Amino acid sequence: MTEIAILSGKGGTGKSGISAALATLAPKVVVADCDVDAANLHLILEPRNYLEKVYTSGQKAHIAVEKCTSCGKCMDYCRFDAIKLANGEYSVVETACDGCKLCARVCPTGAITMIDQNESRWFAGAIRNGKMVHARLAPGEDNSGKLVNLVRDHARKEAHDIQSDLILIDGPPGIGCPVISTLSSINKVLLVTEPTVSGMHDLKRITELVSQYKLEVFLVINKCDINPEMTEEIEKWAVGKQIPVISKIPFSQVWVEAMINCKSIVDWAPESELSDQIRAIWKKLIDNE
Amino acid sequence: MKIAIASGKGGTGKTLVSTNLFNVISRQGQKVRLIDCDAEEPNVCEFIRGNVEEETLTMTHIPVIDSHKCTFCGNCQEYCSYNAIIMLPTIKTIRVIEDLCHDCGACVYACQYDAITEKEKVTGSITQYSISANADVLESQTEIGIYSPVPIIGQTINMAEADTLTFLDSPPGTSCPFIATVERADYVVLVTEPTPFGLNDLKLSVETLRKLKKEFGVVINRYGIGKELIEDYLNKEEIAVLGHIPFDKRIAETYAKGDLITDKYLQYSELFKKLHQNITKQLQR
Repeated sequence: MTEIAILSGKGGTGKSGISAALATLAPKVVVADCDVDAANLHLILEPRNYLEKVYTSGQKAHIAVEKCTSCGKCMDYCRFDAIKLANGEYSVVETACDGCKLCARVCPTGAITMIDQNESRWFAGAIRNGKMVHARLAPGEDNSGKLVNLVRDHARKEAHDIQSDLILIDGPPGIGCPVISTLSSINKVLLVTEPTVSGMHDLKRITELVSQYKLEVFLVINKCDINPEMTEEIEKWAVGKQIPVISKIPFSQVWVEAMINCKSIVDWAPESELSDQIRAIWKKLIDNE
Repeated sequence: MKIAIASGKGGTGKTLVSTNLFNVISRQGQKVRLIDCDAEEPNVCEFIRGNVEEETLTMTHIPVIDSHKCTFCGNCQEYCSYNAIIMLPTIKTIRVIEDLCHDCGACVYACQYDAITEKEKVTGSITQYSISANADVLESQTEIGIYSPVPIIGQTINMAEADTLTFLDSPPGTSCPFIATVERADYVVLVTEPTPFGLNDLKLSVETLRKLKKEFGVVINRYGIGKELIEDYLNKEEIAVLGHIPFDKRIAETYAKGDLITDKYLQYSELFKKLHQNITKQLQR
């Protein structure tokens, strides 16, 4: 089984576009969209969902006013500044509450209960050449790392069921908990960067994180012609880090059109040079040529 | 006054907008501060350069369990909502998994035998850069491998001053790092692009901001590439459009080099002054 995550550190470098293109090339594949708080890949791959599950992201405290004696103990103990006092009444700031439950434990009158956050969903669906697992983290809910784990675990199950030996993971931006969850026990990482000062900065940070895991790492420089000097600088840097640059993709109007029409580039313009480049990436990344 | 510059989708132009707004306002001599809240991948300082005034390390507390005092009663493990304590009483072993700890203090409270103390661990830093006599930047940055940027974001924004116009460059997404930023803002500017991905993520951000009861308006970046899908949505939802930034290859090239379009092109300097006025108008409403 090969599990490949497509990551970038910086958002908007073209992760999902490249993920979609690789997914449509595969003879058989399970795709996992791990960017659970701004999932987009389903817009292109249009899975027909046959499974929808509730995800409980955690709990939030709630204070029953009638039982509260205003002793203030909950506020003293809360380390997240999640208890506020207004007009003599204590209440929970939901967005700040981390769900640790300590306030409920210290409350002498049992006025605080914990309420499940269960508005998030995850889905499994059929796509043309396999399965797709994706999720929707309800706005403002946390613990996206845990949801990423669920999506990935289910993707493995689907891959086993349909006997697919490939899982493609569209990763979240950043380098925090959902990315760390994405990285655990995969084989390969495809980093997608762009030759901008911020792309370079973020590439260095994600590479430092990725290097803590034993993974095969590959690099694609997208929009390589918007800053040729920076592209060269990234290539030199990659040599030093022993990361192969397997493709340099120029900025192209065709790419923009494919995105606007919610199509994978290899479906939208199969004869284009861009599609040839994606096929070349496939060969290096997946066929190890 | 704190104004967050945010977007659901990454790469729509948050940092482009925040740095250029900051630039035109600081050039006019007004007191202004820009806080980079994207602690996982802070980029503001790639575009705005200044001298480091002060660097503060941010800390979290990690429990330390004294195995001599510990009776293996299991209370701390039960109180921990994050599964960060592993205990094997048969072999008298108890361990803290530091990465899972959220620094809530429940285990310390749970222990009746004074076996748990806390140590400090560095999670990141807050750096203050002075840009001019009237303008500065605060940058939050996590250490590599730290799970959550949320505490650092909170600490950095808490350094804002009530009477200074402050922009918060938000992290992408709609989950905890985004919430930690926008919940502390008085107004939110959402930056989007006219693509289906942009629209999808804009809807998620709008839903979140409405849930938080935040006032907000939208800037459409790369205006001209797509169909009118974003504008139709904004009209229907009666959301204020604060400005349009055209799809212009010169912007991408300037941004790529780490330069500011408001320094290079008069046209964009005027555009961002107008954007500032439009935001100010919204705030006065």
